[in-house]
Amino acid sequence: MVNGKRLLVIIPALNEAGSIADVVREVRGELPGVDVLVVDDGSTDRTSAVAAAAGARVARLPYNLGVGGAMRLGYRYAYEHDYDVAVQIDADGQHDPRYVPKLVDLLDDYDLVIGARFAGEGEYAVRGPRRWAMGMLSMVLSGLSGTTLTDTTSGFRAGNRRMIEMFAQWYPAEYLGDTVETLVHTARRGYRIQQVPVAMRRRMAGTPSHSPAKAMVYLGRALAVLTLALIRR
Amino acid sequence: MKLTLVTGLTGLVLLATIVELLRRRQLREKYGMLWLGLLFVIIPLSLFPRLLDGVADRLGVASGVSLVLFLGIVFLLLVCIHLSWEVSALEEETRTLAEEVALIRAEFEADRAERAELVSRDG
Repeated sequence: MVNGKRLLVIIPALNEAGSIADVVREVRGELPGVDVLVVDDGSTDRTSAVAAAAGARVARLPYNLGVGGAMRLGYRYAYEHDYDVAVQIDADGQHDPRYVPKLVDLLDDYDLVIGARFAGEGEYAVRGPRRWAMGMLSMVLSGLSGTTLTDTTSGFRAGNRRMIEMFAQWYPAEYLGDTVETLVHTARRGYRIQQVPVAMRRRMAGTPSHSPAKAMVYLGRALAVLTLALIRR
Repeated sequence: MKLTLVTGLTGLVLLATIVELLRRRQLREKYGMLWLGLLFVIIPLSLFPRLLDGVADRLGVASGVSLVLFLGIVFLLLVCIHLSWEVSALEEETRTLAEEVALIRAEFEADRAERAELVSRDG
């Protein structure tokens, strides 16, 4: 419970046995009385068992569906168990659960609240094509949503009951669909979106993917996803 | 004369293959019928390649054979697009099923844990 609302924290995890227990314990420690659902996206390691031992509810997909697939499952779970608020948190420990009440506070006036890097707090920075891609996405999505969105690919989000209902039925499984396309879809349907500045931490385990070639591919894919999302019904 | 023999024979082998696949229920009727229908056009054409020359002439295509080649490629492309579409639909279906399975299993595990706790408390 946060502000008298039933809250579910959804953590999509793929082979995160190394960090998932710490993340689950931290969320439960910072947010007492909140339920944590780890969606194991077909991991081949002990992610499920470790998460369950740390006190999370676990939904294990029989095979890998991608972040979007894991997220829709999380929202379906939230929908079927009548949660008022669903919060997405990454399994690698980059998202600080202490910001969750801040995000949830805004849900009285907004439907979807994003925890955004580069919005003042923290010192997360990117360069080159990746930066251009993010700049372009911010510009288009800020225009669509009628508010300033600086971090459209952030996976740190809180949604109210209306969002849970929509995402339980509709959540794209394809690359960047979980972040960019969901925002386009949400903004165009008139849901109110807002962002809250958050500081992102270094991931606890695993490695980030950074190389110039990959950044260019990222830019291309971001453009393609955005264009498709804009022309889709 | 050799070409007609080769193409005719190929057509017959394909026909036999599809009938056999249908007979063993390895091929859904809706796809089998498509290929059978096509073969019933292709086999006569392979035996009498001049059949389409009239049509080709009117369309400005050099010969009936090249018209068949062109139409064949267009047809194959359409079939490929159709299959991609079917696969997309199937992927969406299996995705939904996978989610359903995961939900049911989560429910089941939670139930079992609850019952185990009750038993240990009573016992």
